[in-house]
Amino acid sequence: MRPLEIAFWAATLLPFVVTPDYLSLASQIAITALFALSLDLLLGYAGIVSLGHAAYFGFGAYVAGLLSKHYWSEPLSGLVIGAAAAGVLGYATSHVIVRFRHLALIMLTLGLGLLLAEAANSASWLTGGADGLQGVKMAPLLGFKFDLYGRTAYAYSLAVLFLLFLLARRIIHSPFGLALRGIRENALRMPAIGAPSLAHLRKVYTIAAVLAGAAGAVLTQTTSTVSLEVLSFGRSADVLVILILGGAGRLYGGIVGAIIYMVARDQLAGMNPQYWYFWIGLLLVAVVMFLPNGILGGLSALGKKAQ
Amino acid sequence: MFASLAGVLFDGFAYGMLLFLLSVGLSVTLGMMNFVNLAHCSFAMVGGYVTVSLTNRYGWPFLATLPMAFVAAAVVSVVLERTLYRRLYRASDLDQCLFTIGIVFISIAVYAWFYGTVVQSAPMPAYLHASLEFMGMRLATYRIFLIAMGLAIAALLIFLLETTRFGAQVRAAVDNQRMARGLGIDVDRAFMITFALGGGLAGLGGALAIEIVGLDHAFALNYLVYVLIVVAVGGLGSIGGSFAAALVLGISDMAGKYYFPWLGAFLIYLVMVALLMWRPVGLFGKR
Repeated sequence: MRPLEIAFWAATLLPFVVTPDYLSLASQIAITALFALSLDLLLGYAGIVSLGHAAYFGFGAYVAGLLSKHYWSEPLSGLVIGAAAAGVLGYATSHVIVRFRHLALIMLTLGLGLLLAEAANSASWLTGGADGLQGVKMAPLLGFKFDLYGRTAYAYSLAVLFLLFLLARRIIHSPFGLALRGIRENALRMPAIGAPSLAHLRKVYTIAAVLAGAAGAVLTQTTSTVSLEVLSFGRSADVLVILILGGAGRLYGGIVGAIIYMVARDQLAGMNPQYWYFWIGLLLVAVVMFLPNGILGGLSALGKKAQ
Repeated sequence: MFASLAGVLFDGFAYGMLLFLLSVGLSVTLGMMNFVNLAHCSFAMVGGYVTVSLTNRYGWPFLATLPMAFVAAAVVSVVLERTLYRRLYRASDLDQCLFTIGIVFISIAVYAWFYGTVVQSAPMPAYLHASLEFMGMRLATYRIFLIAMGLAIAALLIFLLETTRFGAQVRAAVDNQRMARGLGIDVDRAFMITFALGGGLAGLGGALAIEIVGLDHAFALNYLVYVLIVVAVGGLGSIGGSFAAALVLGISDMAGKYYFPWLGAFLIYLVMVALLMWRPVGLFGKR
């Protein structure tokens, strides 16, 4: 790891001492960052546009929630099972997803996301429907209770984010990661030089689903509730905005985007939600027009100019 | 049983006509420029709010506001096309999606600012509020009016596209934009006119939607999915395809709401995903 990266991860420990009142927000940020990282693998590296990525986030969240409600409430095994379930769903759907491009791909991801959200809404005997899943109780994590201030919650979500970030980083810098970027740049040439591009895309789609499911499971476990919102189109759109804002195709893009977006939303929480979306819309338009590679892309371009 | 089935078919047909008006413009412009305009329903809202304002504040009769809804939406869409959209024709799908979703968010906030978040209504003349007795069924005159409008506009569009010189230019640009340019067709101009026409029709659809589905600030997002389904299933650039897809969607949505209310919108999404997997270019699409 480079010094700047070490400094960044060290700084993520600061909320414990500097802003102990905001630890639950900090853990929300870590969860969102993990979700954005998972979308980054798809969108930023493999070039798969998804408008329905919340499907895997929500599936992981519901599996973790149902597990702790009906069977056992140990968090670590719940996390693994939630993430694995999302991975199975991701693998199953990847066979369809990777065959399509352009508008059909956007529509299919959107449709699958909406389909799952509607299914969860209809199956209220299982999911609690619009009232959300009640009665999720979490056992202590390695002996630490999930406290009111969110200390355990933040430590837990930060640790999960860090470990999965290392995994994503390892994947990106492997030959497999290079092949993904090749597919993103030219989807026809990669098979022509002998790369099994559909198999690569299926693999990365499954990995991204696992990461999204893990993020969803951590959200359930740290908040002890699951609502239909975890599957909503709004969540898919938000994570896309976060990633684009931070910079897609960069490992830290999703994390930086999540920090800025979540802190801004928390500060402007008194505002009416419709007007919050006005600024998000303006931001999207501005980013597409003037900052095509997000904040991190803009910063690195500035850095190059300065040299 | 027969009466309810016929009633569902009739309501679904009217609803399908509404979806056709809302989506036909997007289908043709998407086919021409490959520009993914997710803000198409925001143009529909322009028309809807023009009608609401004119009828409620200035006391215009409902029918007289419809041409105004068309013109206002057409003007707004052409201004946006000339100033903003044209910069993004060569951008990636993702950039186009993000940009137009941004426009949707902005428009939702702007409508909420001016009109609040309540569902709007426009006063109807009495003869559109009545119902006719036909073979033992009561048919609302408004829905008959809607169906007549939809059929007339579909016929007009097909006539325009199939027989006029302008229509031939549009068809050529949809089939192969580069070749059309090579033959000296001014694709940009044809596109601008098509965009204005499509936006105007969406505005008309938005005005007609007030009575059927209601109009509130989130209309642009709520009906986006329906419009996209019509476009994706019908195939890009095909008026007949949009017409058929809108009818199938309208009738199956009505039937789903009537016979399987517990399924919600699940059925619609399932049908869309299955159709797209079977034919990714749409039922009538060529590419």
